[in-house]
Amino acid sequence: MSIRVGEAAEAASFPSAARALLANTQLRHNVRHATDVIRAKRAAVVGELPDWQELRASAHAIKRHTLGHLDYYLEQFEAACTRSGGQVHWACDADEANEIIINIIRSHQEKEVIKVKTMTSDETRLNAALEAAGITPYETDLADLIIQLGRDRPSHIVVPALHRNRMEIRQIFLERMGLRELGNGPEDLTNAARRYLREKFLRVKVGISGANFAIAETGSICVVESEGNGRMCISLPRVLITLVGIEKVIPRFSDLEVFLQLLPRSATGERMNPYNSIWNGVAQGDGPEEFHVVLLDNGRTQVLADSESRDTLDCIRCGACLNACPVYRQTGGHAYGSIYAGPIGAILTPQLQDMQHSASLPYASSLCGACYEVCPVKINIPEILIHLRGRVVENGDSALSERVAMKGARFALSTASHLSSFQALARMAQRAFLRNGVIRSLPGLLAGWSETRDLPPIPKESFRDWWAKRNDGARAK
Amino acid sequence: MSAKHEILRRIRSCLESSRPDRDSDYAAIPRAYRHASQLDLGSRVDLFEQRLREYGAAVYRCRTDSIQETIAYVLAARNKAQLVNAAAVPAHWLPSSPYSFTPDKGLTYEELDASEGVLTSCTLAIALTGTIIMRHTPSEGRRALGLIPDYHLCIVAAAQVVETVPEAIRNIENPGLVTTISGPSATADIEMTRIKGVHGPRSLDVVIVSDS
Repeated sequence: MSIRVGEAAEAASFPSAARALLANTQLRHNVRHATDVIRAKRAAVVGELPDWQELRASAHAIKRHTLGHLDYYLEQFEAACTRSGGQVHWACDADEANEIIINIIRSHQEKEVIKVKTMTSDETRLNAALEAAGITPYETDLADLIIQLGRDRPSHIVVPALHRNRMEIRQIFLERMGLRELGNGPEDLTNAARRYLREKFLRVKVGISGANFAIAETGSICVVESEGNGRMCISLPRVLITLVGIEKVIPRFSDLEVFLQLLPRSATGERMNPYNSIWNGVAQGDGPEEFHVVLLDNGRTQVLADSESRDTLDCIRCGACLNACPVYRQTGGHAYGSIYAGPIGAILTPQLQDMQHSASLPYASSLCGACYEVCPVKINIPEILIHLRGRVVENGDSALSERVAMKGARFALSTASHLSSFQALARMAQRAFLRNGVIRSLPGLLAGWSETRDLPPIPKESFRDWWAKRNDGARAK
Repeated sequence: MSAKHEILRRIRSCLESSRPDRDSDYAAIPRAYRHASQLDLGSRVDLFEQRLREYGAAVYRCRTDSIQETIAYVLAARNKAQLVNAAAVPAHWLPSSPYSFTPDKGLTYEELDASEGVLTSCTLAIALTGTIIMRHTPSEGRRALGLIPDYHLCIVAAAQVVETVPEAIRNIENPGLVTTISGPSATADIEMTRIKGVHGPRSLDVVIVSDS
């Protein structure tokens, strides 16, 4: 098995990666600006819909229903897609998916592919596999192009290059597109991308896409986008390969009426994104002559196996939880060490890897609940974070200090007399650390806690002492 | 064991053995969101126009008997004369000289790329989201036609405008190819500044035809 989530298995832990990134003020400024803009736009267009909560409730129920019958809907999708002229492949893990895709491209003796944003292919590290096989992939989403040319990593689900400002992007384009002159306005940069990619759109014979939704009833794929690069990759090449995570299936075409309202408003704060493309199989005289779908597991069935955190698979990759998260807004996406950053990344990345890697991610949250509030499919992320912290502890992956502290707490809190002995002990010990009535810094293993906050001292009298005294007094009357 | 059987086996081992009946479970999904229209036709079309304008599309209105002169007027405003058109666009829509139209009967991508723009009709439109829905019928053209040229002029009949997304989706039976278009292509990938026009047509004009 080679389950892989990009480079997450080799990534540094969240706290150590975050520490370095927090020192980068330019990055923090870029992330703060971008998330502020999307949040404001999202809030405005969500506020317009009086039935937003009803839409969320429906989406949640549709996803829950689909996952509960996932085997049926996948087979129904396969049958409908095949009927309309598509070819369906199944891949247990990243390597299998990459191999299937490379073999299709090789069977046509092609050396280049155009790609429209597919996070699932980042998950399988498809680009690296293609290059190793002598095939050149061209990313065509503007942000993905910036990432690819800058040899960078995505830091956001929807706007992967939001950590880059226009000057940085200009520099990347100048160097990698071989331009002599280039303005630094977003319009100049966008036009440069248009010119660079147009020739490739018209010439390259193989396209690769992801899918926002796979519709079981009709065997259709739906791709949601803004720039038109999706339409290009889907309809111009002779061969189209679509990589789909198995959780992307929805039962019926009419279910799109829910998701096409929730996704654009949540993702980019638009009432509708500029383009949606829906197709099934091969159409006579219009678009690719050969169409392949690769259905990918790559750890998804492991997520499905845990009924307490299964809702993680409901995610429609809108990125609203990233923009809302006070942690993400400080660190940006790279701290998560995964192509899936932010709150959803913190629950998805470790689960896809069967909790074997990325064990620090469920702790990368203050559990404030902002992510749950904005989630268009009502994934209760805080609850799943807590559940996963439990799984980390069961795996024995928690820090020694935490394990010792938890053992101590278990003993101290088990009986009233243990507790009052501990309180008495702490009251004596704290004298050495009290300054003007507060504790500003704690020693040893506790130092981290007091680094950014003060601690009130343990009071002279506990509630239990006070209560006992009060009762004595009452009796004496 | 094939990957398909392995994945299906894993899924089945995850899911409870006593599953609710699929059809009744699906039917029980709550759908309390808005389905139906609240606006009359006139207000729907007004809202559609307003939304399109917010996306940066230019919008014109005309009656059925003045489509041809309106198209000529729009093209003059854009300073365009040579367009390609979906093959089944009615001939009486097309203004004559100095305007010329080439029907798409298998034009190459390069020929489409060299054209000044494209004229098509559409299937449906959604007022609330300012969306045009193409089903790529002969009067709408294949997908490449409305995509490669840098300018798209779309003729929408007022009666095609519905108010909500669910109304539009439920109007589409047997979806084969469907493209929805909400304004010209756009990106906000650079510092969240919305730039109109990336790879799809950078300009979109819409003519709404109505006789009421």
